[in-house]
This record gives sequence, structure tokens and C-alpha cells, in this order.
Amino acid sequence: MDGAPLRVPQGASAAAAVLLAGADAIRETPVSGAPRLPYCMMGVCFDCLAEIDGTANRQACLVPVAPGMRIARQRGARVAFGG
Amino acid sequence: MSTDLAIIGAGPAGMAAAIEAAALGLSVAVIDENPAPGGQIFRGVERAGGDPALGPDYAEGLALARAFRAAPIAYHPATALWHLDPEEGHLSLDGAPDLTARRVLLATGAQERPVPIPGWTLPGVMTAGAAQILLKTAGMVPVGRTVLAGQGPLLHLLAAQLGRAGASPVLILETTPPGRRRAALAKGGFWAGRRLLAKGLGLLAETRAIPRHCAVTGLRAEGRNRVERIAWEGGSARCDTLLLHEGVIPATHIPLALGLEMRWDPVQQCWHPAVDAYGASSHPNVAVAGDGAGIGGWEAAVAAGHLAALDAARRLGRLAAEDFAGRARPWLRRRREALALRPFLDALYAPAPASIPDTTIACRCEEVTAGQIRAAARLGATGPNQMKAYLRCGMGPCQGRLCGTTVAALIAEARGSTAETVGLYRPRAPYKPITVGALARL
Repeated sequence: MDGAPLRVPQGASAAAAVLLAGADAIRETPVSGAPRLPYCMMGVCFDCLAEIDGTANRQACLVPVAPGMRIARQRGARVAFGG
Repeated sequence: MSTDLAIIGAGPAGMAAAIEAAALGLSVAVIDENPAPGGQIFRGVERAGGDPALGPDYAEGLALARAFRAAPIAYHPATALWHLDPEEGHLSLDGAPDLTARRVLLATGAQERPVPIPGWTLPGVMTAGAAQILLKTAGMVPVGRTVLAGQGPLLHLLAAQLGRAGASPVLILETTPPGRRRAALAKGGFWAGRRLLAKGLGLLAETRAIPRHCAVTGLRAEGRNRVERIAWEGGSARCDTLLLHEGVIPATHIPLALGLEMRWDPVQQCWHPAVDAYGASSHPNVAVAGDGAGIGGWEAAVAAGHLAALDAARRLGRLAAEDFAGRARPWLRRRREALALRPFLDALYAPAPASIPDTTIACRCEEVTAGQIRAAARLGATGPNQMKAYLRCGMGPCQGRLCGTTVAALIAEARGSTAETVGLYRPRAPYKPITVGALARL
């Protein structure tokens, strides 16, 4: 996560991995920049949105961890072009 | 690809319907956004079905998941339905090729009722269901001081499961208002529902050593960038993880987007699609089964799944009317038995009338507060859909899944109306966010 290696149990979702890592946030909101961590873990709340293997805004609670997966936290709003 | 019956959701209702429909000779496709069958109640059951912390009820899901895997079903896990055209039977999918179906069964289950208290967006605050999912899928428990707050069967089940896993909560804050037990006892159903009742009483006995406060009001989570304390009217406690739960409500996103006729449940304060005894909705090609059609628990959902599959076979000309009645009868009886205790549970755990402070966030995605919604309602926003234009609430990534009932209740309160009258958001496709690339491939 964010470049740091992490071992997680098989079956864990990317959101679970972020919690296991002890991260203080999985994203910072686009509106106020407030830190958020996963809330519902069942695909409803979208608070676990993260960049997974280069694709932004994925629901981390619905994505099982795979070896070598890269999870990056999202800070604020996404940019459409250029970054 | 074309199929007789497309089922959305691989929880108890979806799995049971798929097994029954396949046995009746229908071609069946099951679409589910989770990576493995089970839904939420049996999440990860193939991995953790034997975990003693999760209990014998959870293990019962294993037989269902195995029968589902063994049946001739086109199963598409990790796949999201993002648009459904019920006239053409066309399903637009993300994760699998699109599908055409003669009949569609929505078995999308339930979600936890939102618990909008001050501080509920702080890291470290989660739902009780979220903690249970972490236990089921990854064997994870929270570290430090865990507090459970709210009400409902899941709260007590989770307290027991965390205890068995060696991570017992340090405090339970029950929000059930005084006098509820008496009203609930009058509902009866105890003999027919004795097995469920015994299970509930067993959980209460198992968790009785955990300190608890009853009839708690004014809950608020406090902390700078993470929850540090839980406070309530008359007390507070240190807290590293706060798990909230106020029961579950049907997931109405797709039924609302399709414009299915909806009904208001005045006891549970939630909406559900109008369905007949076999799950048929107001649209001739669409059925709804399981908790998505009204909260009844997994055993009722299994029965509803079988009934919806029998109805699909009848409608598609694969089952004669006389065979249908005979096959439906045992499932109708089983559902009746499974629902026997429901009036008691509904009365006991009906949502407490709560006053949400003005500064509390109602829409977590767009960070819209209860006070902003009240002010816009007084300015003239008459319903949730107009409120989108005023404040963007319900227009973030969750598309109003989490704030819909809260926003409706706040508008009703500010306008002296009822949640039933002000209605709900009308969601639109895509039901789940898709990439520009997925759209470009159409």
C-alpha cells in the first residue's frame, strides 16, 4: 500500500488490507479533504474508494487482494487529464 | 448470450433460486459483485464455514454454496449490473459480456440502515456488518477498545462472535427506547419462532459479562482524525473502534431505478418493492426475492428464492399450474415459519425517533449536513430529487444508497410531512460507476 509491502490473509479485500496496514486513511475526501477509512465493507458506502493497480475510484472492499497488487490512497478529487 | 433467468445476487435468495431454476431445466445466469457466493450473511462461507467463532448458523450456508457451485449455472462473480432494460431483457454488465434474459430476478439483499451521528465519518467508525465481514473474509478483529452501539440482532451476534475470536467489545450501548419490550411481547409468534428466539436469548446470555447501557440517546463519536471517544447523554468512554448498527433495510437501488412500484413499511421505516407471494413485481418481467423485497432473514430468503424460481418456470412454460402449486406449498410454509418471530423483532427494534444535530453529516459522499438539508427544505425543496439540485446530496459515488432514507426523513421533519410522502431518490444507470473505457467499448 502506497509503495510499502504488506502481507494479508488469503481472501482479504483491498479494503481489509488497508485496515491491516494500520493506515490512518484510505482516501481524503474531494470536498473537505477529510480522512476516511472503509465504513460498510459491503459495496454500499463508497468510502473505501482507492487507486488499485493504476485504476482510480475502485471500491476496495469488493476487490480481493492478489500478489503484487498496488493500492494507493486517493487525496482529494481525481483529475480528468494529465494528473 | 441469452438465458431464461438472470439472477442478480448470489446470497441465500439468489443461490436458492438458481439451484431450483436449474433443476427445473431453465438456463440460469447469476451475476454477483462479490468474488464468491454467499451474499453478506454467508460472506466467505466457503473459506470460513467451519470457523467456530462464527457459529453453527453460518456453517449452514456452506451446504447452500456447495449445491450452488455443483448446479449447472452460469455464475459471474465480481461482476456488476450497471443497466437493465426490462422490456428487452438486456443486462449491461461490468466484468462479463452483456446478457439477454427472458426473466430477471433481483436478489440484491439488504444494507445496514444509516446511523448518522456526529463523528460517524471519522476513521475507526464502521458498521457492525463491516466488522463481521472482516471476520468472515480475513479472520480480522479490531485491536484496542471496541464499542458496539445501536440495536438489533446483529449487534448481539457480533458481540458474541468477537468474544469467541478473543476480541470482545468493552462496551455495548443499546439505543432501544424504554417500553419497546412490552410492545414487542404483545406481537407473539414465540412458539413458531422458538428456535430463533432461543438463539437470540443464547447470544444475550453469552455476552452478559460485557458492560452495557440501555436506552442510550445522543450518541456522538469524538476524535481529531480518528475516533477516540464515544459519548452519549450522561456518559462517555474511550474507544478505538466504534461499530454502529440500527438494523438492516432492503437495498432498493435497482428497483427504484427501474421504477418498480414501492411500498412503505411504517414499522421499519423503510421502502421495499411491492411483490406478490412469489416475488413478482409491478413489472411483468422482473421479480424480487429475499431481504431486497422486505427484511425477513436468510431462511425466509431461501424460501423466497425457491418460490421465485418456481414462478419463473411457470411463466416461461416449463412448469404446469398443478405442479407449481404442489411444489410451492412447502416453501410457502417454510417462509411462514421463518417469519414467525419477525413482528416481535420489528416491534422491538423499530428505529428510535432520533433528532440529528444540524452539524452532523447526512450525505457522506458530498459532505452535506443535516442543517443544510433542513434549511433547503424550508426554502422549498419538496423532495429528495429536488434536494440534489440544491445541495448535491445523493450525487456522489454512492448515488444516494447511504443517505436516501436520512435525507427523506430530514425533509419530512422540516416540512411537517412524512418520509412516505416525500419519497426517495430516483437512481439512474449506471447503477455502479463504470470506466470511460467500458462505455467506449459499447
